[in-house]
Amino acid sequence: MTTTSLDAARTALASACAEVTDAGPDDAVDGVSPALVARPGSTAETAEVLRAAASAGLTVVPRGRGTKLSWGRPPERVDLVVDLSRMSAVIDHSAGDLIVETQAGALLSDVQSTAASAGQRLALDEPVPGSTIGGVLATNSSGPIRVGFGTARDLLIGATVVRADGVLAKAGGRVVKNVAGYDLGKLVIGSFGTLAVITEAVFRLHPVPPARAYVTVPFGTATDAARLVQQVVHAQVVPAAVEVDWRPDGAGTLGVQLAGTAAGVQARVAAARQLLGTGAEAAEEAPAGWGVLPWRDGAEQATGLKLTCALSGLAPVLDALRRAADEAGVPLTVRGSGGVGVLYAALPADTPVEAVAGVVARTRAVCTEHGGSLVVLDGPPQVKAAVDTWGPVPAIDLMRRVKGQFDPERRLAPGRFVGGI
Amino acid sequence: MSGTHGTATTAGPVLGDTPPEATSATGEAGDNSAGIAAVGRVARAVLPVTGVIADPTQLRTYECDGLAHYRVTPALVVLPETTEQLAAVVRACAEHGVPFVARGSGTGLSGGALPRADGVLLVTSRMRTIREVRRADQRAVVEPGVINLDVTRAATPEGYYYAPDPSSQQICSIGGNLAENSGGAHCLKYGFTSNHVLGTELVTPQGDVVQLGGLAPDAPGYDLLGTVVGSEGTLGIATTATVRLVRLPEEVRTLLVGFATTDDAGAATSAIIGSGVLPAAIEMMDALAIEAAEAAVHCGYPDGAGAVLVIELDGPAAEVAHEYAEVERLCNAHGAFELRLAIDATERALIWRGRKSAFAAVGRISPDYIVQDGVIPRTALPEVLRAIAELSASSGVRVANVFHAGDGNLHPLVLFDDAEPGAGEAAEKVSGAILDLCISHGGAITGEHGVGVDKAAYMPKMFTDDDLDTMQLVRCAFDPDNISNPGKIFPTPRLCGEVPGKRKHAHPLVQAGLADAF
Repeated sequence: MTTTSLDAARTALASACAEVTDAGPDDAVDGVSPALVARPGSTAETAEVLRAAASAGLTVVPRGRGTKLSWGRPPERVDLVVDLSRMSAVIDHSAGDLIVETQAGALLSDVQSTAASAGQRLALDEPVPGSTIGGVLATNSSGPIRVGFGTARDLLIGATVVRADGVLAKAGGRVVKNVAGYDLGKLVIGSFGTLAVITEAVFRLHPVPPARAYVTVPFGTATDAARLVQQVVHAQVVPAAVEVDWRPDGAGTLGVQLAGTAAGVQARVAAARQLLGTGAEAAEEAPAGWGVLPWRDGAEQATGLKLTCALSGLAPVLDALRRAADEAGVPLTVRGSGGVGVLYAALPADTPVEAVAGVVARTRAVCTEHGGSLVVLDGPPQVKAAVDTWGPVPAIDLMRRVKGQFDPERRLAPGRFVGGI
Repeated sequence: MSGTHGTATTAGPVLGDTPPEATSATGEAGDNSAGIAAVGRVARAVLPVTGVIADPTQLRTYECDGLAHYRVTPALVVLPETTEQLAAVVRACAEHGVPFVARGSGTGLSGGALPRADGVLLVTSRMRTIREVRRADQRAVVEPGVINLDVTRAATPEGYYYAPDPSSQQICSIGGNLAENSGGAHCLKYGFTSNHVLGTELVTPQGDVVQLGGLAPDAPGYDLLGTVVGSEGTLGIATTATVRLVRLPEEVRTLLVGFATTDDAGAATSAIIGSGVLPAAIEMMDALAIEAAEAAVHCGYPDGAGAVLVIELDGPAAEVAHEYAEVERLCNAHGAFELRLAIDATERALIWRGRKSAFAAVGRISPDYIVQDGVIPRTALPEVLRAIAELSASSGVRVANVFHAGDGNLHPLVLFDDAEPGAGEAAEKVSGAILDLCISHGGAITGEHGVGVDKAAYMPKMFTDDDLDTMQLVRCAFDPDNISNPGKIFPTPRLCGEVPGKRKHAHPLVQAGLADAF
């Protein structure tokens, strides 16, 4: 931006929002520096900011606490970061209705504390600590208990968004059952800030189960892991989570979470142990690394992959991933919800780009063959520059048209999402 | 107009002619006879002779869906057998600007499959193959005309079932379920169609075939599938559905509990949900609904009950045993005077028969009735039920209440006798006032029947112009020419501005003086 246009933009934004500052080095979005940061305090103020940004032609990236800003591709450019951290209120917890209404800048952990006061929870894990509700929705993050409770799309019942042109729109409502109008909430989940800025959300809650326990069993091969997963999911133990943890040395652990009443859990733990056979052990506490994204284990920016497949494809996908990594000489860590065919894998920060590209290409082909996909969610700049991070996406033309309707000027997080959207 | 009209004695319309507000939604015959003829030629070229219907008498068979109050005879009916055939007909419609409406079994209760007089009705009843039951993946892939219950029948030998169970599940189709995001008694625990359809092959309004979602979760890109499910056929036509199969529970316990009042039954419901127990279903019927069900199916509900709850618990045996004890305790604490546990499948079926027959059973106690579908926060139940009782008392219109108490989805049955002058109008007024109650309590104008033509006029009471405009951005992306089930959901169509491909004529709505281009 030129100095003149920056001054004009700053002035326009200042009349829309009390907190507008020049951006600092910490405000970069995956390496791309914005000029300005606006911190609106309400949905109405967010709408004002977006209107001002629209009239000044500013490119905008929404941000909660910035914990997942490096996910996806770096934006082509950013003029303005719209920071929702001031919108951190849990607006209403209606315990009797098991719903919670919250601003998008609220921490997921704050929403959980509020719900917990009535013995309830939002049945979403927090794979990246410190996440806001808006960030969780925009990236569609989830963790182990998705096996039992699904993901954001199964829990979000209402959403308020501000469009690129500053128009405020709501969809859904405050009731669990509602088929009036299009479900725009689902559309913005996982949209990486490219369609609209999410400002408020309403979720259905679940009771906190009175008892929780874990059964773990070691495995050594992809085939073993897949067989154990099949045994658990077809049995009558109703797992809340079925996690695969496969370490660089090739040793693996399958972890099953059982949740319910104390007596019920005890009986199901016994059943699960029997089912999983030799080596199966019960524990009160989750095994180490439970629900932690594998590329967040170390301090350096590793490459983080998200792989999906039909359940029957679990063995070939795990096997292809391990073989590709072994042949490239790359230590590989895999974790994820084996019980629904969603895996996360980490390749260390110092892995050569060509090795990453090779693992991605080979494994992606197998994921695709089994109805799924492979996405490079996070990684160092040189990897993102060299690798097709999102991969091929069916119905991309339709997605571009949706983007074209919501943000015809491509001012919301341009380039961060699939197909360069 | 609002609500589903049922008639106990005749199949004819209850309140006379199609109401005026439906006209703009359904087109005028003869508007585009050349276009219809062109689509007909394409359809005849790709389909067997029996797959294209143009005979006026036969066409009339398709004039309404489950909401028989609205009737429009389509210009052409096409019954494709394959995706390719269906897509060819849709492409022809797009080329000639002919509106089309998709229909499965025609059981919808909001007029979502009401035909267009100037358009084509695409009926999916010949696309009825269950392509795959994939036990290892806990999925099935089915064609849109497949009957809901048949998915469960196909999966049961594998130990699985399809969870969404609208009460019409013996005849309704998966394609219709997908369009309407159908619910059912068990969605309290298991969710709605949108939670169970994980992929679809969609024929877009331009006639392109795209795959959204599939066997694996979390497909990269926008969750277009999540928007298509429940879009009432306005974003295209699903030609397959990849659905989640759920493990048959180890144990099921079905209870019938009698209470003196709906207040007591409501309080018991809240206590159960508040205790952390999540039953598969909690259904409530009030005295009038019980009376009707008894008259119709002799379900043997407790004598003198002012309300009954049907509660179903399912899951691992050890959990169900505990939950049962808790539910029994809470029901007794809230004034239950009789609690009956079904000891076998026959008894369970009898308990459910009373509930599932309730809509039709009302015909035993009233010649005509409207089935309403609204949602309120569960905690507002006692207050809203009292308000409905007051409405009923002050208007003299009887209202029987049947509902999914666990999730606050009300189905008040507004009773009237159309032979009495003004009775229909009075019933309509009460039915509409009930929806207003739902809205004023922070609820929704439909929980599972859809908006269709029936409730489009209510949408602005729940949503602002900007909300509706934003929803229609999606419509414009999928269907810029507004030919896919036009006139449903949205009271005012949005014109889509610059669209890919040139339009040969002025927009039909502009031509008809119904909208301005902007």
